[in-house]
Amino acid sequence: MKRSITRLLMAPSVIMLLVWMIVPLSMTIYFSTIRYNLLYPGQNNFVGLMNFEFFITDPGFITAVANTLILLLSALIITVVLGVMLSALIDKPFFGRGIVRVLLISPFFIMPTVNALIWKNMMMNPVYGIFAWISQSLGLQPIDWLGTYPLMSVIIMVSWQWLPFAILVFVTALQSQDTEQKEAAQMDGATGWHIFRYLTIPHLARPIAVVVMIETIFLLAVFAEIFVSTGGGPGYASTNLAYLIYNQALLQYDVGVASAGGLFAVLLANIVAFFLIRAVGKNLTV
Amino acid sequence: MTLNQQRKLKTLITGLFAWLVALLLFFPIFWMFITSFKTELQAISVPPSLFFEPTLDNFKVVQDRSDYLLHAMNSVITSFGSTIIALIIAVPAAYSMAFFPGKRTKDILLWMLSTKMLPAVGVLVPIYILFRNNGLLDSRIGLIIIFTLMNLPIIIWMLFSYFKDLPKEILEAARMDGASPWGEVVKVVLPLSVGGIASTGLLSIILCWNEAFWSLNLTASNAAPLTAMIASYSSPEGLFWAKLSAASTLACAPIIVFGWFCQKQLVQGLTFGAVK
Repeated sequence: MKRSITRLLMAPSVIMLLVWMIVPLSMTIYFSTIRYNLLYPGQNNFVGLMNFEFFITDPGFITAVANTLILLLSALIITVVLGVMLSALIDKPFFGRGIVRVLLISPFFIMPTVNALIWKNMMMNPVYGIFAWISQSLGLQPIDWLGTYPLMSVIIMVSWQWLPFAILVFVTALQSQDTEQKEAAQMDGATGWHIFRYLTIPHLARPIAVVVMIETIFLLAVFAEIFVSTGGGPGYASTNLAYLIYNQALLQYDVGVASAGGLFAVLLANIVAFFLIRAVGKNLTV
Repeated sequence: MTLNQQRKLKTLITGLFAWLVALLLFFPIFWMFITSFKTELQAISVPPSLFFEPTLDNFKVVQDRSDYLLHAMNSVITSFGSTIIALIIAVPAAYSMAFFPGKRTKDILLWMLSTKMLPAVGVLVPIYILFRNNGLLDSRIGLIIIFTLMNLPIIIWMLFSYFKDLPKEILEAARMDGASPWGEVVKVVLPLSVGGIASTGLLSIILCWNEAFWSLNLTASNAAPLTAMIASYSSPEGLFWAKLSAASTLACAPIIVFGWFCQKQLVQGLTFGAVK
């Protein structure tokens, strides 16, 4: 087929994605250099880097960056470690493995707002929640999860959602593991731990890297769970970067400062994306 | 104990442990499901009631309180609409890249993937303002546009990998028989990849259905899909756990079933083919 026709077939996709990438991002860059508050229209003069200064010196900034990183690292560790262990656990056949697998991956399909509300209300409510009931049954004082440990509560919700994703990827990856190799190792008297440590873990190295990078992209941008459950509070205790930017833009109407924050988030994600794209690109054969 | 018995015991313990963990992780979903059939009083009873007379009232009240059907319709229209549009745009692109790759095809694919890496919050402000100035705020069309662009890279990637796996011989045979390029696509490529296109569409629908960031920020009452509608139950105006559960159960059930059916595609799509 002629080159012109192949180009024509690709044109709609390429043009749409190009526009999607360039237009909003250049607007963000432009907004970040002007004074722009929706409450004071018409005063859009150039202010240089002042918006960045405002964003970085915002009382919530340091906390938000710290929270973003704590949330990211905790959820990554929980999902990857548990994910590897659970996928290894269900790799061998046992009664009802299909059902167990379905149960394990189901939380991934729950929408984030429902996820947050189930946990906020039915699990973590200090009076009527399941956790409170368990505490009471054990003779302990019920914990006000969202009030006392807001960030940890969000981490629990997010991990509950993403652990199934890790399991799903690892289970898929384990299916391609060489069974003959495992059997040979078993014949030679290798224990289950040895097989896990020296055959399974190395086999999972690549999938783990991929899961870490993809989860990072999503976890840096956690929003709905915070929006619905803690509202970023108390204070800034569970505010992450995404929520702080939302707060600046749609609650304080400060478009300029929010845009500066948005660029900061883009920068952070790009560092991760750089590695992800390289890893995926290696695997890509055209 | 013989070796065989030992092995059996080990399988039994592994199995029991796996079941225990699975039930624990599934418990919140189970509990949401159960609670949707309770009265509001039963929903907040301590100790939690497990045996009760199930009622369907919540499902009725949810409709009256928050016009459930409107929001369900919004979810259906935005996720199916954007998926269909994205497929129409993506199929030709994936087809041309898979069957007539050029020098820069790989770069284009990776570039498309990189647009997925842009955090939504980085472009929230301009999109919000563009939408506001063009009357797209709280409209289904606005959400469809966003969803289409959001999923286009994943859809192209998945279709590309399906098309690439099609046996080239069949295409050549069709060409020998004098099929035109267009006939080749309609009579050979599409019928062979119907399964792949369907599961790509299914994945896209799941991602749209559960999308929360743009839904929460760009819609209010008219175009709010279920994700955003359910967020309105977070207000502390009262304890509506049974109704919340009913609304959530209805919103999540179809997607959980969809998800069970396309686990493989999900992995492939979300990892951009890095894990197969």
